[in-house]
Amino acid sequence: MEFWSQVNISRNTIKLKNTPNGYGLVARALHWGMALAILFMFGLGLWMRTLTYYSPWYNQAPAIHKSVGIILLVLLVLRFAWRLLNPAPDASYLKPVEQKLSHLMHMGFYALLIVLMLAGYFISTLGGRGISVFSFVEIPSIYVQKGLEDIFGFAHRALAYLLIAMVALHALVALKHHFINHAKTLLRMWHGDR
Amino acid sequence: MKLNKKTISTLSLLTLMAFGTPALGADFTIDELHSSVNFRIQHLGMAWLQGRFDGLRGTFSFDEADPAAASIAVEIDTASVNSNHGERDNHLRSGDFLDAGNFPLASFESTSMEIEGESAVVHGKLTLRGVTNDIIINADYVGSGDDPWGGYRAGFVGTTSVSLADYGITFNLGPASTAVEMTLNIEGIRN
Repeated sequence: MEFWSQVNISRNTIKLKNTPNGYGLVARALHWGMALAILFMFGLGLWMRTLTYYSPWYNQAPAIHKSVGIILLVLLVLRFAWRLLNPAPDASYLKPVEQKLSHLMHMGFYALLIVLMLAGYFISTLGGRGISVFSFVEIPSIYVQKGLEDIFGFAHRALAYLLIAMVALHALVALKHHFINHAKTLLRMWHGDR
Repeated sequence: MKLNKKTISTLSLLTLMAFGTPALGADFTIDELHSSVNFRIQHLGMAWLQGRFDGLRGTFSFDEADPAAASIAVEIDTASVNSNHGERDNHLRSGDFLDAGNFPLASFESTSMEIEGESAVVHGKLTLRGVTNDIIINADYVGSGDDPWGGYRAGFVGTTSVSLADYGITFNLGPASTAVEMTLNIEGIRN
């Protein structure tokens, strides 16, 4: 095994890459990190729309939402690349139809997230201004079309609700496999191969 | 025909618009490319935010023999609001402000005019968000005459103040920001 694919900490071996028995540290960190960030973003998105003009968060909350969104977009691309380079753990313990459905769900997440995030990007940039990511990096506006913000705003919101519904379904299925089927589904993603 | 400032000042606003028109009355179509509807509103009581509506059209007309019968009608695309910030424009188009989805047009139609020299007080009805109120626009004549391309033009500038709450816009922007000052630059080409 290549030296960089494992890191030794005392007697435990932390596997960075996926193995047939579980997800590696990179996939798990991306999965849980993005899961937390996405739930945070959903709440933040709903909350920031209720702020009044004189709220101290009126400007800050959308700025954070946009900054985190751009970071999530970058992570999503990296995660998809990592997935392509790195076969997912063995899923043969699932029925064929379950394998197909779970693959469909995972691909659905990627497709939905990319469209959702691009819609968010366009809400902010169609007017010609870029997005400042925590004041460190400026993501430029690549397409200007005044007035289309409404459509992208609607799409962003509708897709966000759809995403949360899918997250709920995804979590329910994972819990079902864990508690009812006593399968390793959740543990493969929770503590990986050990 | 050339008009100089001195000549103009001796004539009434609407008579000027008729200058060079042998027939009684003339209708003008507003030239969107040389007209604009601008607005400004106080930001926090500390500065002025300036914006505009890019989409407008309309006509004005008058009768030389009956200047008081002059009229103007302007239509504004509410979705064309432009404050040089896409996200803010999106908010301005929403139900909090213009509700452009339900009310794509705002309009002004004059009902009567008081003319004095180169100025006019234009009484009329402003419709915004489906609410119609009487407003007064203070208008000044800017110029008129033959353009270099065979047409005849006349232009005016008008100002007015619009209270947002009068049109059901109650989003709280602070105590200094309850009214919008509007400036209309209107240039018409005689039909």
